[in-house]
Amino acid sequence: MSHATLTPKSRSSLRGATLPKWFPWAVAGGSVLLGLGISAAAGLHSSIQWALIAAVLFVAGSYGISARVEGVRQAKDRVATSMVWVAFLMALIPLLSLIWETVKQGVKVLDGYFLSHSMGVVADSEPGGGIYHAILGTLEQVGLATLFSVPIGVLTAIYLVEYGRGRLAKAVTFFVDVMTGIPSIVAGLFVLSLWVLILDMGPSGIAGSFALCILMIPVVVRSTEEMLKLVPNELREASLALGVPKWRTILKVVLPTSIGGIVTGVMLAVARITGETAPVLLLVWGTDFINANPFQDPQESLPMYIYLQYSAGSDPAYDRAWAAALTLIAFIMILNLAARGIARWKAPKTGR
Amino acid sequence: MAKRIDVSGLNAYYSSFLAIEDISMTVEPRSVTAFIGPSGCGKSTFLRTLNRMHEVTPGGRVDGKVMLDDENLYGAGIDPVAVRREVGMVFQRPNPFPTMSVYDNVAAGLRLNGKYKKSQLDDVVEKSLRGANLWNEVKDRLNKPGSGLSGGQQQRLCIARAIAVEPNVLLMDEPCSALDPISTLAIEDLIGELKERFTIVIVTHNMQQAARVSDRTAFFNLAAVGQPGKLIEIDDTERIFSNPSVQATEDYISGRFG
Repeated sequence: MSHATLTPKSRSSLRGATLPKWFPWAVAGGSVLLGLGISAAAGLHSSIQWALIAAVLFVAGSYGISARVEGVRQAKDRVATSMVWVAFLMALIPLLSLIWETVKQGVKVLDGYFLSHSMGVVADSEPGGGIYHAILGTLEQVGLATLFSVPIGVLTAIYLVEYGRGRLAKAVTFFVDVMTGIPSIVAGLFVLSLWVLILDMGPSGIAGSFALCILMIPVVVRSTEEMLKLVPNELREASLALGVPKWRTILKVVLPTSIGGIVTGVMLAVARITGETAPVLLLVWGTDFINANPFQDPQESLPMYIYLQYSAGSDPAYDRAWAAALTLIAFIMILNLAARGIARWKAPKTGR
Repeated sequence: MAKRIDVSGLNAYYSSFLAIEDISMTVEPRSVTAFIGPSGCGKSTFLRTLNRMHEVTPGGRVDGKVMLDDENLYGAGIDPVAVRREVGMVFQRPNPFPTMSVYDNVAAGLRLNGKYKKSQLDDVVEKSLRGANLWNEVKDRLNKPGSGLSGGQQQRLCIARAIAVEPNVLLMDEPCSALDPISTLAIEDLIGELKERFTIVIVTHNMQQAARVSDRTAFFNLAAVGQPGKLIEIDDTERIFSNPSVQATEDYISGRFG
């Protein structure tokens, strides 16, 4: 009774005016139209300009209208939301345009023949030829690098998380951090001076693998370390309290719990080194012929193939470079998808 | 099966910090001994010294004697891993292995220790789950993940896992503090059954629980924050709760401090 008489005029203090659900979409549509209109009127032709104008209009428009109707707090909330959307779209633009361009240019010569033949008898200026030798080289070099790096990286991470105390652990962490920042050309030069110049070995796939290892190990160590740190200490203690030795606890409890994340980290590291050109250029040299032996003589790899075809400068060579780029992107994408699949498959299960 | 624990002059440290000082007590076989006392007084630390889990914590170290029947757990040449097979532990928060099924969780102790026969495993799992009063609830979902059970079931799963390796002593660190009253009751009943076979030591903040489940009760206290925790007294539970010999115990039990 008293409440009714006390607050007859004001509506519930918990309920304010709200703009309808379609409001952001309407503002977005309006700002795009307005942006186009302004550009047309001002004679601007670049699509970047009208998109930026539209983005600014969108943020300002949502704030203005919302501040009038809903209040300042809701307006600020809408500005934050629209900024997130604008940032998201802006990040998406280069990615989509890159994929679009690569697919458009790459499908021209990408077919079974292209994937299964080398450049052996094809001059750079002629059409034809393929990337079989480059795929083979990439698979072997990256495969060998992964074979060396994963055990070293994972074991280092296990040492750092499970055993490392004191100075040695700190020193290892420090050097891993330093290694993360090594430019790939420096890794290439290091292996060049050691393997080729001092030990007098010729160019080969494995020399490239060594340089790729230097780039891959710190990434594997870092990601594995983070994953191992996520394993709750309670699980280690539960296992130790059952009378399980520490090494078995790590092998049977800690690693299985974190294996999904570790595999994802390894796959991302593989994806990273697959695209490396500089060390391959210095150490593997490149060839137009199929060389399935990674331990002797120059090999090809996909990034280097793209570089060499682009340098060749003829139209058929450009087409081949694009097709190889598309293959490389597809390869890395498949790796990432596989990593996600494994992570999901191996993740601790919570189902009932 | 069950063994007597005889502690004398035990100190435990975290790096240079003395956490518990000069503890001596005897824990009788086939009985339940409860540790009570305010937070931070070293009950859990002391419990963890009984199966050498204290030294797992970085900086953790212990001096003194813990006799399990006639063997000193801190004697020369004693393997902490072997000690933990004799003295099992259940933790405050249920911690089943998330990658393993109910069955694998119970079998984990045997499997990870590498000494089992496949044919025995089924029997051990069933026996342990029955022992933990969980068999009827999970017998149809032995291959489902252990983390899919309810909190109370998970804790009983952890108890089943601990008793599957047939320890002599079972240490329980506030096993019911994360559970609802019904699950708590289930675990308390279980403790009553388990004491026929094991020596049980339980840390609890719940004094009614200590009074319900234990035969003997030890009261721990610390003079001030930063001071080491000490054993004030240990006696039959009935005496501790009716007529304790130390004033501090009576104050704590009647809620006048702590």
